[in-house]
Amino acid sequence: MAILEVKNLVKNFGKIQVLKGIDFSMEKGEVVAVIGSSGSGKTTLLRCVNFLEEADKGQILVDGECIYDGESAKKMSSSEIRKNQLNFGLVFQSFNLFPQYTAFENVTLAPKLLAKERPDYKQNKKQILEEIEENAKSLLDRVGLSDRMNNYPCQLSGGQQQRVSIARALALNPKVLFFDEPTSALDPELTGEILRVIRDLAQKDVTMVIVTHEIEFARNVADRIIFMADGVVLEDGTPEEVLDNPKNEKTRHFLQKLNEN
Amino acid sequence: MDTFFQDFLYVTQELWIGFQSTLKLFALTLVLSLPLGLIICFGSMSRFKPLKWLVRTFVWIIRGTPLMLQLIIVFYGPGLLGYVSMLDRFTAALLAFVINYACYFSEIYRGGIESISKGQYEAGQVLGLTKTQVFFKIVLLQVIKRIVAPMSNEIITLVKDTSLARVIAVQEIIHSANSFRTTEAILWPMFYAGAFYLVFCGILTLLFGYIEKKLSYFRS
Repeated sequence: MAILEVKNLVKNFGKIQVLKGIDFSMEKGEVVAVIGSSGSGKTTLLRCVNFLEEADKGQILVDGECIYDGESAKKMSSSEIRKNQLNFGLVFQSFNLFPQYTAFENVTLAPKLLAKERPDYKQNKKQILEEIEENAKSLLDRVGLSDRMNNYPCQLSGGQQQRVSIARALALNPKVLFFDEPTSALDPELTGEILRVIRDLAQKDVTMVIVTHEIEFARNVADRIIFMADGVVLEDGTPEEVLDNPKNEKTRHFLQKLNEN
Repeated sequence: MDTFFQDFLYVTQELWIGFQSTLKLFALTLVLSLPLGLIICFGSMSRFKPLKWLVRTFVWIIRGTPLMLQLIIVFYGPGLLGYVSMLDRFTAALLAFVINYACYFSEIYRGGIESISKGQYEAGQVLGLTKTQVFFKIVLLQVIKRIVAPMSNEIITLVKDTSLARVIAVQEIIHSANSFRTTEAILWPMFYAGAFYLVFCGILTLLFGYIEKKLSYFRS
């Protein structure tokens, strides 16, 4: 069964329809890259799935269970949205680390606050907190920052900050991890370290959706590529199908323009 | 020389008495208007439009009229409207100061809160934090860091504004100093009173400098 399924997702900003009925689904362990020019709606799609925007129509299903339905969305309480949100993790283009916390604290903050809601929290407090801290250490180690744990974001390079934010998102063990142009805010020489981390996650079967402009990276790491234009999915297939043999004129045009740069 | 020393001691004593009520007015105003300002700030940022506009109109009136006028209205107003005023001079002054400063603080808070990037709220949200947790665990300290400078400015202004309470005859330090001028025809106690303010503001400046330094470990 699909781990994530999006059905006929529609989003309007005023009179402009940004998403015109998006359909796609993905399996556990799959890595999907979403490409397309600016304004094609790929970031909006990501934001709708992550509940940062409310879609006007359509459904989102996780493991076959509907977690969002445009018809009944208004009735969803904020605690329901919170619960559903935790199926996903999101890595932002601009990192959005919390500046007053160290790298380590950035990773442990949310798990520690969430642990307080566990029924056994009072009994096993010490053990739970230790587990969270151990997990945070191993995640920071995994993104190559074990020696930077106690640094504040302002003491880290952009690439290091983005790696912390990846560890932070992984700490909640999301079913699907989303990336919103994770290298766009970085200097070109720093993109490599992020792409390496993502490739490493892909090898460990983390289910990911990556919105990116790095076409060669997408080809390299993704099992599937989705090409979006003007709020619709125009191509959905393997990297070879989409990048080498695009069916749609717009895709060809987009890829050609990228090659010229 | 001896008599000058005695005069000096006497003036010091009198000014110190006046300065105590200055300090009391300052401290109580601060303690009450800081939280009230936050409540007014939330009101002025409310998504419920009528409340928002009501609060903003109130803030406009308070910030748009002289504090001296507000002092006079709070103290004499009830009596002139036919009610018996329940407020003694000091309480009336305190009330006027608290309302006035809460309005100024509310705008500083609002500026601080609105300057925090949307991304901080969104990062908190996608990590499953509640709105309250996002405010207290993520936003608040960043807001405090950003408003230390404008707040210290406003608070130092408050120290000197307390002298306005004299218009409703609250016996603060300028009141004491001025009585030497009118009864003894000597001016220097006025300068001496100025020194009290100067020293006190100096201490506050150091304190705010310390807070700024304490918060300099992160950048936002």
